[in-house]
Amino acid sequence: MLRFTLKRLLSLGLSLVAASVAIFFVVEIIPGDPARLMLGINATQDAVDALRTQMGLDQGVLARYRFWVSGLVQGDFGISYTYRVPVSEMVQGRVWVSLPLALYALLLSTAIAFPIGILAAAKRGTWADWLVMGGTQLGVAIPNFWFAMLMVSILAIKYRLFSAGGFPGWEAPLLALKSLTLPAFVLALPQASILARVMRSALLDTLSEDFMRTARAKGRSARGAMVHHALRNAMIPVLTIIGLQFSFLLAGAIIIEKIFFLPGLGSMIFTAITQRDLIVVESVVMLLVFAVILVTFVVDITYALVDPRLRRRA
Amino acid sequence: MKRAFKMPGFTIGFIVAFTFVAAALLSFIWTPFGTDGVDIVNKLKPPDSTNWFGTDHLGRDIFSMIMVGARTSIAVAIVAVGIGVLLGVPLGLAAAARKGTLLDEVIMRGNDLIFAFPALLIAILITAVFGPSATNAIIAIGIFNIPVFARLTRGGALSLWTRDFVLAARVAGKSRLRISFEHILPNLTNLLIVQGTIQFSLGILAEAALSYIGLGAQPPIPSWGRMLADSQTMVSFAPQLALFPGIAIVLTVLGLNLMGDALRDLFDPKLRRDRQ
Repeated sequence: MLRFTLKRLLSLGLSLVAASVAIFFVVEIIPGDPARLMLGINATQDAVDALRTQMGLDQGVLARYRFWVSGLVQGDFGISYTYRVPVSEMVQGRVWVSLPLALYALLLSTAIAFPIGILAAAKRGTWADWLVMGGTQLGVAIPNFWFAMLMVSILAIKYRLFSAGGFPGWEAPLLALKSLTLPAFVLALPQASILARVMRSALLDTLSEDFMRTARAKGRSARGAMVHHALRNAMIPVLTIIGLQFSFLLAGAIIIEKIFFLPGLGSMIFTAITQRDLIVVESVVMLLVFAVILVTFVVDITYALVDPRLRRRA
Repeated sequence: MKRAFKMPGFTIGFIVAFTFVAAALLSFIWTPFGTDGVDIVNKLKPPDSTNWFGTDHLGRDIFSMIMVGARTSIAVAIVAVGIGVLLGVPLGLAAAARKGTLLDEVIMRGNDLIFAFPALLIAILITAVFGPSATNAIIAIGIFNIPVFARLTRGGALSLWTRDFVLAARVAGKSRLRISFEHILPNLTNLLIVQGTIQFSLGILAEAALSYIGLGAQPPIPSWGRMLADSQTMVSFAPQLALFPGIAIVLTVLGLNLMGDALRDLFDPKLRRDRQ
């Protein structure tokens, strides 16, 4: 297990280096002068030169990359050009909206997907199965931003069950949770559909295994065999998808946060893009990629805990 | 093909998806109304017999806009799938032909890296840096199709490399390159068609999302995502603005997914046996 963890840690480190190079490179190959791009065509040459020095553009590419990365490692994300405050300060307030939102959505997604996926597998070929399969097919096809618009206009504007947007802050935990509920649900719906389908097919695969017949022959009830034998074995593909979904949810939040006017990382990136605040864009994208790579690492380790076979193979 | 049409899922999916493709093609020569003129007198009309889906805030016919918008969605998605196939399949074939070598390792780790990025985030980064346009949306979506096809091709090709007919071709003295293209690739067509259909539908969703946040096709090119963005402030008094473009997206994606699922069942004998 130690060797497996070390190997995964090494690949985590490599992914982070590669990701930082990729992000740096994309921003680096901007046609023209990034400082000029940020300031617009009407800026004076003095202003552009000042920004170039601030961004370190008067130095070489390698020096700039080293400077950026060593800053990131120490939690220094640079200084936002538009707001003139450290990016890390801006991020701090917003992480506590985006992260809870993504986790809340992940929780909802699993809470919806597990029961209906298990139901569809257990009642295979019945109307319940058809209903789940049809419903999830639809759930995958609905763009979540459109669904969000419909939900806002029906549940928030017409029936006033939820607020149409905004975030009251965590000083009022219940209100905060309530304002995240509709966005989290909208985010979760397509992911829940995918997860339910994966759950169903993974369960169907294990249900046809010999050990399931053995379990029943030993006198386990259908329900007992499902819970104790089938579910545990179906968890590998399900965990994979849950891990992948977290990255979708974090990134998907960009659009959803915009619709619900939530002050999260997503809307921060979005504003930064429209203001051409590339320092913010670069650092926040790196932060999100870091979160995604970290989650992948945790999922890999979880696999090995669930399935000892994977430990040996690695 | 005949067998595919015997499956209800495929037939329904095909009819739905084909309707939108046909509408997109038809829009080149005919739409009920023009989509670039402004007709303020007729703005925000609810659906009636002249404007089947009503009109938008500039008086443009929504039905016509959806027809032209289909063009954008389908074109972006097809080219993005094309990028994925043209770059991903050769990479996958090469990785499989040189399994275990440095080349294989480099290709596969590169794939993992792209997979590690949240696709939408990078699409946003790319369009942020290069400016929003349909072309940049295509590139952004296309890049994420490359590892999908490379992985699929490598996986499929690896199992084919162990087969007797490939061994026979090697004994006959064919190069790895020729075997890859003459024997391996033709046997992967089914697999690629299924994945292509799925990536096509994902591409349509991605394009809609990018145009919705203003990073896709720019005005005056109509696109479903931007129609939805425009409608946002008017949903409460002109629901037709939000309803019809959304339904167009859902139906196209649903149709393509139904086709993809049916084809997968058809091509995968293991699943077919399960069915009976």
